[in-house]
Amino acid sequence: MGNLFHRLGSPRPFYEISGIVLPSVGILTLISLAVGFIWALGIAPPDYQQGHSVRIMYIHVPAAIVAQSSYMMMATAGAVFLIWRIKIADMALQCAAPIGASLTFLALVTGAIWGKPTWGTWWVWDARLTSTLVLLFLFIGVIVLRSAKEGSESVGRATAILAVVGLINLPIIKFSVDWWFTLHQPSSFSLTESPSMPPEMWLPLLVMVVGFYLFFFFIWTYRVRTEILKREHRSQWVRSIDDI
Amino acid sequence: MNILLLTVQRDLLLYVRQPGDIFNPLAFSLLVISLFPLGLGPSSDTLNEISAGIIWVAALLTTLFSIDLMFKEDYEDGTLEQMILGKESLLLVVYGKIIAQWLVGGLVITLLSPLFGLMFYVNTDGIVATVLALMLATPTMTLIGSIGAALTLGVNKGGVLITILILPLYLPLLILGVAMIDTASAGENYTGHALWLAAILAISIGFAPLATEQGIRISLSE
Repeated sequence: MGNLFHRLGSPRPFYEISGIVLPSVGILTLISLAVGFIWALGIAPPDYQQGHSVRIMYIHVPAAIVAQSSYMMMATAGAVFLIWRIKIADMALQCAAPIGASLTFLALVTGAIWGKPTWGTWWVWDARLTSTLVLLFLFIGVIVLRSAKEGSESVGRATAILAVVGLINLPIIKFSVDWWFTLHQPSSFSLTESPSMPPEMWLPLLVMVVGFYLFFFFIWTYRVRTEILKREHRSQWVRSIDDI
Repeated sequence: MNILLLTVQRDLLLYVRQPGDIFNPLAFSLLVISLFPLGLGPSSDTLNEISAGIIWVAALLTTLFSIDLMFKEDYEDGTLEQMILGKESLLLVVYGKIIAQWLVGGLVITLLSPLFGLMFYVNTDGIVATVLALMLATPTMTLIGSIGAALTLGVNKGGVLITILILPLYLPLLILGVAMIDTASAGENYTGHALWLAAILAISIGFAPLATEQGIRISLSE
């Protein structure tokens, strides 16, 4: 097992092993998202207060959850890159940032669309919304710094430091904003308590969350593979691949 | 320890010889602050309500402006490289540069803030809290800002980049500081806010220069 992780640290084995895994992950993503969409948008019951607008939740909540996770994952990759200088970690960071930013943006947009019928406004300066907005800014910072010099290793390490500093700051930001003003409802899921929603609603939500995680993993792996080909395009093993 | 004091002394001397580096950001913040009464009308109620936020935003922008120059000249003329190669600890040099930068930037804004408060009809309690809050928060701004300055050293258009990287990290300061001034203006106890600002300052003093030092090493490794 340790050997597998060790091998995944260098580009070529990562490319080969991910190439075997990728199709099945893609199929799983497709299945779970399709099941989730049909269940959530067609079969799940409408809310007794919000009516059908509650269905926005099935996009909004997974996007927000996976967006936060992807920041965690990105910052962890940054720390790994700083400590062990593993090339894949730099690519992992670089490839996770745009996906995370898009998911954060999706969470904000769906939140606004949901806010209009339920709260009567597109945007409120509420704690959750504001800290999600800050998360988007942090992602943008990482993307902008990383793209300042394409492929340069020193900029990669600088970006890794920024991601780690952002991770340390995130709880402080979250606390200060929570304390500042709160209107948003508490989290939908927690590990310790059973959900307050009926199972007909949280089961499709769970499927969607799993689907979004798989989606993130699929796209991220795809991007890392492309990045590997881009950076290693001069090496012998990349040249000998037939299908590119 | 000696190297720290020497760095502070050297940087202060450089700032005194080039007063523009200190003066321009301050003139900028004064200008920004004067724009608001002109744009919103001179009614004392409106101005009073938004005073804390405006003073705070002005302080943030001013810090960001001056922080860009923190390592720039030393980087361009090669001094920074010598500081890395030298046998004295780079970390202490970084601390020294941060202290010097704060003395000519953050401290001056803090001392000027009563003047800003008077321009917005803030009451005495509010002004005392403004000074205290800025005294606790401006060192944190310089400390966090120095990370951004170090990370963007080798990059073109560093100025805009620093703003994007660092401003989100300043948000807790903004929220706590403005809340502290507002609480004080309402005549209530603001110890809790002050303690939080102090706690963030303590964390930043311990950790930010480490990141800055690494940032400088990384930026110069090419």
